Amino acid sequence: MENYPQLVSLIILIPAIGAFINFFWGARLGERGAAMVSTGASSLAFVVALLLFAYLGSSGYEAVVVNPPLLDGWIRIPSANVVIPWQMRVDTLSVTMMLVITGVGSLIHMYAIGYMHGDERFPRFFAYLNMFLAFMLTLVTGNNLLMMFVGWEGVGLCSFLLIGFWWDKKNGVGWRNSNAARKAFIVNRIGDFGILMAIFLVFWTFGTLDFYRPGELAVVGGYGEATEHSAEGAVAGEHSEGEAVVAEGDHSETAAVAEGESVVVETASSQELVYTDNEHIATEQLGIFGQAERFVAEERVVDLGPFELPIVTVLALITAFMLLGAAGKSAQIPLFIWLPDAMAGPTPVSALIHAATMVTAGVYMMVRSNVFFYEADVTSLVVALVGTGTAVVAGLIAVGQWDIKRVLAYSTVSQLGFMVAAVGVGAYGAAVFHLVTHAFFKALLFLGSGSVIHGMEHGHHHVAHGHDAHHDNPHDADHGDAHSTAVVVHHAEEFDPQDMRNMGGLRSKMPITYITYVIGTLALAGIIPFAGFWSKDEILADAWLVGVLENNLAGFLALGGLLLAAGFTAFYMWRQIIMVFHGKPRTEAAEHASESSLLMTIPLMVLGFFSVFIGFINTPANVLGLDGIFGAHRFTDWLEYSVVHAHAADFQPLIALGALSLALGAIFLASNIYGQGKAVTADRRDPLALRPETAAIWKLANARMYWDETYYRFIENPFNVLSRFLANTLDWDFWHDYFHDRVIGKGFNAIAGLLSKPVDIGIIDGVVNGVGAVAKWFSGRLRTLQTGYVRVYAITLLLGVVVVIIVLLLPLINTNG
Amino acid sequence: MVQTEAYITLALVLFVLGTMGVMLRRNAILVFMSVELMLNATNLALAAFARHWGHESGHLFVFFIITVAAAEVAVGLALIVAIFRSKNSINIDELHQMEG
Repeated sequence: MENYPQLVSLIILIPAIGAFINFFWGARLGERGAAMVSTGASSLAFVVALLLFAYLGSSGYEAVVVNPPLLDGWIRIPSANVVIPWQMRVDTLSVTMMLVITGVGSLIHMYAIGYMHGDERFPRFFAYLNMFLAFMLTLVTGNNLLMMFVGWEGVGLCSFLLIGFWWDKKNGVGWRNSNAARKAFIVNRIGDFGILMAIFLVFWTFGTLDFYRPGELAVVGGYGEATEHSAEGAVAGEHSEGEAVVAEGDHSETAAVAEGESVVVETASSQELVYTDNEHIATEQLGIFGQAERFVAEERVVDLGPFELPIVTVLALITAFMLLGAAGKSAQIPLFIWLPDAMAGPTPVSALIHAATMVTAGVYMMVRSNVFFYEADVTSLVVALVGTGTAVVAGLIAVGQWDIKRVLAYSTVSQLGFMVAAVGVGAYGAAVFHLVTHAFFKALLFLGSGSVIHGMEHGHHHVAHGHDAHHDNPHDADHGDAHSTAVVVHHAEEFDPQDMRNMGGLRSKMPITYITYVIGTLALAGIIPFAGFWSKDEILADAWLVGVLENNLAGFLALGGLLLAAGFTAFYMWRQIIMVFHGKPRTEAAEHASESSLLMTIPLMVLGFFSVFIGFINTPANVLGLDGIFGAHRFTDWLEYSVVHAHAADFQPLIALGALSLALGAIFLASNIYGQGKAVTADRRDPLALRPETAAIWKLANARMYWDETYYRFIENPFNVLSRFLANTLDWDFWHDYFHDRVIGKGFNAIAGLLSKPVDIGIIDGVVNGVGAVAKWFSGRLRTLQTGYVRVYAITLLLGVVVVIIVLLLPLINTNG
Repeated sequence: MVQTEAYITLALVLFVLGTMGVMLRRNAILVFMSVELMLNATNLALAAFARHWGHESGHLFVFFIITVAAAEVAVGLALIVAIFRSKNSINIDELHQMEG
């Protein structure tokens, strides 16, 4: 069992291999083979996660850093003394995430076999799903920020590919899908800017990106802090010997740390001074969180080049950038607008990526960096405000939506707001707890909505084709072959299988879907004893405690906002239940809808089971005697081994009762408003829209609070106008037409004209031609000497002779003279 | 014995006559003959000087000139015949195609 942590590299490798096989041989394997490969890979990864879980249980929950083979030194720049190893971290937080990702992921894989049946790109879909798993697991297992960033970008890519998976649908739907994919990708780039800035700042400040170094005791209540958990500490200490052997591995460059480790083992074996023993490790040998705690204790000043900042301010900056990144990935204000549009992807994708796992990456990152957030008070307040605001805004918008998946999308945004707000009030454990429960019940709800859509499309197909359709496709009859959707769209100019106005009365047609959907709804609404109650209550109690005990404004604001959001949650979910399942069928398609296949309903049932019971992993103390059965705060205790500042909040009966009655009241209100066949008025409007006192707010919610329009008007449109001005006016008109033509072109022409005409033709040609003309003129004069008359030559000769004679005789004459 | 001056004077007269013939005559034959006259005037002067000085180099020159004149006559007459054939005239004033 000591070697179990080494398995962690397999958890990434297996889905990666599955994706690889499906990418290259998926078409040859066919539907059955591709589905088996990818679902098998996902299930195997789940088994690995279970083994790691078992290992942690047996080793006292002590974190282990693993150096996978072949990738030891991932990035090395010796001249700059930079070593970023490809290291993986097996601790309670990462194993929690692994279990959720692979567990929910496997169920969704299985569901997708039924849902995607008949799709022309079936193997590719599963390749993308497996690739997503590989990247998501890289994100949560990495022991440094850069590995997390690799996973972060990878899941973003998979999200893009899967949102736009049906990019080629007809009638403009494909364009809508690919636009949604692009929107998600672009909005996430803004968040990625924050992550990158945070990574740069962390590296500058601490000189490393590792969360914790091998051998470093990560969770000991922190440097210089009181040891709260000495009881568990003793247990952990006993096992740390075995852990140290594994952790040491073949990591040569941290010799000093390995040395420190042996000290740890010694102290552990002597059973005293168990915790607070990172002290023997030099500061620069610690990971970023250990260093941060020491820096804060020393009140160190960080040199940022042109100016210096105290460490607390630097941490505030880092966390602010991280918040920006989390707002992108986890769909918080101001970047949440991509997530509702991301529902354009196939429903299993919405469930896996855009509800259960990927969108929680931001929460995971903030919980992982809880040491930073703990020290950054200002950022924590902002985080709490952002989370609370998102929860309320998205909850309100969800009330006014008609699209079954869009309601769930805004619900997801709202619940992510709960988690972020929990981080903001310092309830890191509660945030992860809500993350886990939410993964189950929101995946359940999405898969349920997929089942409903599937049934509706089947019903519509049934109506459109009469009974002949079954004879055309005898093999597909059970599954409704609804996903040769091009056919459906072709026949349905007006029909939208996702519009809740077209539904109603599905309770009797789809009983399994109905029951599981109600379970998911109750869990989401926070009704005792379903999972959502425990996690939501934990967050509310924490907010209350922070507000009352620490007299912190963030706590009160979060408490008020989240209670309001919880009310919205119960209201819009019950509205959905009534619209979809209760009353009478409002269309023929709803009348002919049928239950989905077992492949799709089994995951629903499994997720339904967990949505009921997963909350018991963290029941608070002194509630109805439940802690006698399930123990008190077991999940938080388990998280405390990796999340330094996770802490369990005591149960607050008043808060819990208030939230519960608020949820029940909202459900009662919703059933009053929408029940008894009043769900949708005759002219397809919402009852709320008819009442004068609620019409305005319903319109606001239905228009999604004009959020996209505001962005369009104040960001996108000015940007477009500016870029059009720059392109057309400045670049084309001024730069090209004016500057190039007038200044460059004309100037060039002027100079060239000057050189060619006056200089070349005038001066140079003039000189050459002048020489020729002069020669010609003289030769013209001289040639007339040659008369051609013999007599002239004779006279010339004679005169020449006379001249010669005179010249010869002249000296004689002179001497004689 | 006749005095040398008499020979020279005669030679001079002959030379001037030859020169005038070359200058003034239009008939190519006559021009040619005038040239011969000038050559022979020269021969006479050379022979007279040779006798006067008792030196034979004058005679030598005379022989050279006679030889060259004989060759010249052959070439010159041939040219005149050729000119006459092409132009049907031996008037040298008509022969000025070579003017510049």
